Amino acid sequence: MTDLTKLKIAEARDLMKKGDLSSRELTEAHIAAVDASDQLNAYIVKTPEIALANAEAADKKIKAGEQKGMTGIPVGIKDLFSTKGVHTQACSHILDGFKPEYESTVTSNLWDDGAVMLGKLNMDEFAMGSSNETSYYGPVKNPWRAEGSNNDFVPGGSSGGSVASVAGYAAMGATASDTGGSIRQPASFTGTFGMKPTYGRCSRYGMVAFASSLDQAGTITRDVRDGAIMLECMAGFDPKDSTSVDMSVPNFEAALTGDIRGMKIGIPKEYYLDGMPADIEALWHKGIEWMKSAGAEIVDISLPHTKYALPTYYIVAPAEASSNLARYDGVKYGLRDVPNGGNLDDMYYATRAAGFGDEVKRRIMIGTYVLSAGYYDAYYLKAQKVRQLIADDFRQAFKQVDAILTPTAPSAAFAFGEKSDDPLAMYLNDVFTVPASLAGLPGSSVPAGLSSEGLPLGLQVLANAWEEETVLKVSGVIEQAAAFGAAPSEWWR
Amino acid sequence: MSNIDQATVAKIARLARIKIEDDKLEPLAGELNNIIGWVEQLAEVNTDNIEPMASVVSAKLRWRDDKVTDGDKAESVLKNAPNAEYGFFAVPKVIE
Repeated sequence: MTDLTKLKIAEARDLMKKGDLSSRELTEAHIAAVDASDQLNAYIVKTPEIALANAEAADKKIKAGEQKGMTGIPVGIKDLFSTKGVHTQACSHILDGFKPEYESTVTSNLWDDGAVMLGKLNMDEFAMGSSNETSYYGPVKNPWRAEGSNNDFVPGGSSGGSVASVAGYAAMGATASDTGGSIRQPASFTGTFGMKPTYGRCSRYGMVAFASSLDQAGTITRDVRDGAIMLECMAGFDPKDSTSVDMSVPNFEAALTGDIRGMKIGIPKEYYLDGMPADIEALWHKGIEWMKSAGAEIVDISLPHTKYALPTYYIVAPAEASSNLARYDGVKYGLRDVPNGGNLDDMYYATRAAGFGDEVKRRIMIGTYVLSAGYYDAYYLKAQKVRQLIADDFRQAFKQVDAILTPTAPSAAFAFGEKSDDPLAMYLNDVFTVPASLAGLPGSSVPAGLSSEGLPLGLQVLANAWEEETVLKVSGVIEQAAAFGAAPSEWWR
Repeated sequence: MSNIDQATVAKIARLARIKIEDDKLEPLAGELNNIIGWVEQLAEVNTDNIEPMASVVSAKLRWRDDKVTDGDKAESVLKNAPNAEYGFFAVPKVIE
């Protein structure tokens, strides 16, 4: 019997269509795989009963000839997405015990098509982090280890549970979210395909808000085709989100033609960083060669405000976070901490002190500071203007090119504790992903090679707004050329 | 350059309604200074006549008919409340 957890979404879909596989078999194999993945700490809540009920419904749908792309496919859900009656805390203590009375639109879309929920996935608290070390539920371990080593590495973040579950064969796909790189950077660290669509493509309704002008849902899968299938199911206009854009969702899988002849691929000179590891620069050059061999034209471009993207992000995102997270006050849901004899104000102070972790507090404080009287213009308004310039860099670039190719992250996965004491060092992880997030553009990370230590590295593909098909098409060509056959050793099973 | 001292940290903490112990004020001041000092490099960018960008999608919000489309679910709203009484959120006494 083949290991059903190694199947791709497209393969399982086709087998189920032919009647050679049932969702129940597939789901049972994955429930066992979830239990076997405890060492990774990817799942913080398992929902096997829901999974089996979903599978039964999916098998009926398939029998009735109503199969869609995600019907019967077992997936994990990042703890950021509201799931009715099921633990939803964005991995924060302050949402202690919260079980939403409603379902996020993205997960509703998955369940409507018959997808199967395996459980809720670990993440950095409120998606604030790049290593999954800020989760209230403890860090996630990267399924990958360096060659000849038993040391553990971070999975990246904030979607650490999403990538670990997919790389660790404990989900066929996972929902994820990107505010500054939380889909692409962890995908790069774990040899998975991460896809962040254009801002407005997926509804934010029912997603726990971090920075509302940046937050966007996306996918983690084991290959590009699976990402296309899953995103198509999740995406779509939703009147319940005022920033959801009313556009029809294309058939993303059909974009994977493998034909990029004549396409213009931009290489931004500002992404050559001083001190960039040699293996990452070499991989980027390889990517450029793959593009040329496939018949694309390489165009050197400039995105002059790139170096200002991170500082801009670290004003805009904390500012929005400080406002969004004001709702956690011990009144409406989650944790409440009232000191003996304390009044309402004492309750606010104590609840927020006990409920938020250090990184979340730090960002709320930064956000509060840059929005406070006397500093608003100097910091927040200034950052909004620089954000315009960064977006304009991309607008200019996409007059010349169809897509942009860069490394996803400036390093491979790193060790626990290596950067957690130095917020700025941690923030620099997102140097290549943040600019496109600020501009709201679609982007992916495609597994493309291994570091000198034997850890996965990804290449990032960016395209203009609403050009997800271009991102997917180029990603598919990289995937094929890279022939990334490497896999983790499954030490956790 | 930014100069966030302990008094400023205490003020921000009060605005943010987060209790910070006195012995944490100084280390936090150091961390915030580091971060704010780093973001201040934006000052060197010329942003004259640049429109601030608040959203990447069109700023014009959709209109809809002024009709009730949701609501009448007090029980649901209160379901996750740490304390609810008589159909309201209950909190510690505010007025003596």
